[in-house]
Amino acid sequence: MATITIDKVSRWFGNVVAVNDVSMSIGPGITGLLGPNGAGKSTLIHMMSGFLAPSTGTVTLDGAPIWRNQEVYRQIGLVPERESMYDYLTGWEFVLANAELHGLPHPGAAARKALALVEMEYAQERRTGTYSKGMKQRVKMASALVHDPAVLLLDEPFNGMDPRQRLQLMDLLRRFGADGRTVLFSSHILEEVEQLARHIEVVVAGRHAASGDFRKIRRLMTYRPHRYLVRSSDDRKLASALIADPSTAGIELDWQEKALRIQAVNFQGFTTLLPQVAQRAGIRLYTVAPADESLESVFSYLVSA
Amino acid sequence: MNPTVARLTLRGLLGRRRGLLLLVVPVLLLLVSAFAAASSGNHHDLVVDILGKLGLGTLLPILGLVVGTGAIATEIDDGSIVYLLAKPLPRWKIITTKLTVAIGITWAFSAVPMLLSGLLMYGTKEGLALAYTAAALVAGAAYSALFLLLGVVTRHAVVAGLAYALVWESVIGNFVEGARKLSIQQWGMAVAESVAAEGSLTSVVSLGAAVVLLLVVAVAATVLASVKLAGLTLASEE
Repeated sequence: MATITIDKVSRWFGNVVAVNDVSMSIGPGITGLLGPNGAGKSTLIHMMSGFLAPSTGTVTLDGAPIWRNQEVYRQIGLVPERESMYDYLTGWEFVLANAELHGLPHPGAAARKALALVEMEYAQERRTGTYSKGMKQRVKMASALVHDPAVLLLDEPFNGMDPRQRLQLMDLLRRFGADGRTVLFSSHILEEVEQLARHIEVVVAGRHAASGDFRKIRRLMTYRPHRYLVRSSDDRKLASALIADPSTAGIELDWQEKALRIQAVNFQGFTTLLPQVAQRAGIRLYTVAPADESLESVFSYLVSA
Repeated sequence: MNPTVARLTLRGLLGRRRGLLLLVVPVLLLLVSAFAAASSGNHHDLVVDILGKLGLGTLLPILGLVVGTGAIATEIDDGSIVYLLAKPLPRWKIITTKLTVAIGITWAFSAVPMLLSGLLMYGTKEGLALAYTAAALVAGAAYSALFLLLGVVTRHAVVAGLAYALVWESVIGNFVEGARKLSIQQWGMAVAESVAAEGSLTSVVSLGAAVVLLLVVAVAATVLASVKLAGLTLASEE
């Protein structure tokens, strides 16, 4: 059982604060580190993997500091986001080299086992430079698993993968999680995290925005107020019909845009209501656009929640 | 020495096109020497020009730069160094292994052809061939250590290395007496002077000072590189 503890950690680069007073604890099972691009996910993973010192606070693995402590790598397996991995080596040579660097007693056997685990034996004699993105990701996984670590850290592991590769990797990670390993992966895609992790940590603009069970956070995301921009054949009539329903919290007539700005409290209720109301009143809808559906706005809602 | 680090470094340096690029140095030196030997007989001054100015003064620092920085800077640049660093491996061991490989390659591609060129042009006369070989050995080791350090501390290792080797040692060293004394090339010359027959070569630094300075640079650069590697920060991509 291995636990990474981040305690009151901040990290700044010059005047830019990348991570701001974050505390969290990552235990066994799969944890998703979710946040929009630039939120500080990579900075956090770099600190958890010992490649960046926190400006303040501590990052520890079972109580031992991670920064400048090479012994922690006996327990940590790392799958970095960058793809470079000694392109001139074959998959086999690469994983074997990683096993040797760990000082394992039987590096050949360990490399064979790791390559079998990620189902890459069929391409192990090819140079890694010729691999597809998904193959590289799997060989990187094999190199991270070769010493049977208790902790697996993955930085944006699904980036650039096709759906089939994505499912394969998810299966693999689920197995590790079920084995009682501590698996942490970062992602900026909600659906990815939803499919894989029950426990999530959300970071937004360097701050720890939410933590806990995914379903709870998803509910918060679904039932938050949604804003829409709507243009129709008769905006005033539509507004008066909509405001009568409890799923609408507020409506504003935007003269410049020549549109209605609607705030809905219940996402599902409103999306069903709008076409029905329009049809009944004989109003044609020209534009129905969510005004704040970007991940960033979803996250900032979470921060203020 | 870690054999796996050594193997990876060696393949990184000699594999692909870089290996061919490195071959340019000995081939160029041998060609010029062969041409000189064939055309103008065995003049002391010509040997000093070819082995001293071309070999020791120009080709060796360039070779040291390509090898010293290539031994680590490439991996730091592309991020693959992560696979060496995310291991329970003492950082000084990574540095000393890489340095040993870099020195070995620098010697193979500079000191050996230097000896062959010297013998080709001048035989064993005045001990010149051996003297320049000795200079290439000590200077090659010091350049390797210095340029390996640059590879760890700066992302612009090649530019910084060129600035030192070409601007400081060659340009400034030619005009400013003091600068000449702080130059790996001149420390190598001090060693060459002591090996060659008396009066055949001159240097601006005494042998004692040169040996001390060479050792200080090599050891300090290695220690500093190990310390810097232990605290290497991978730039955040965000």
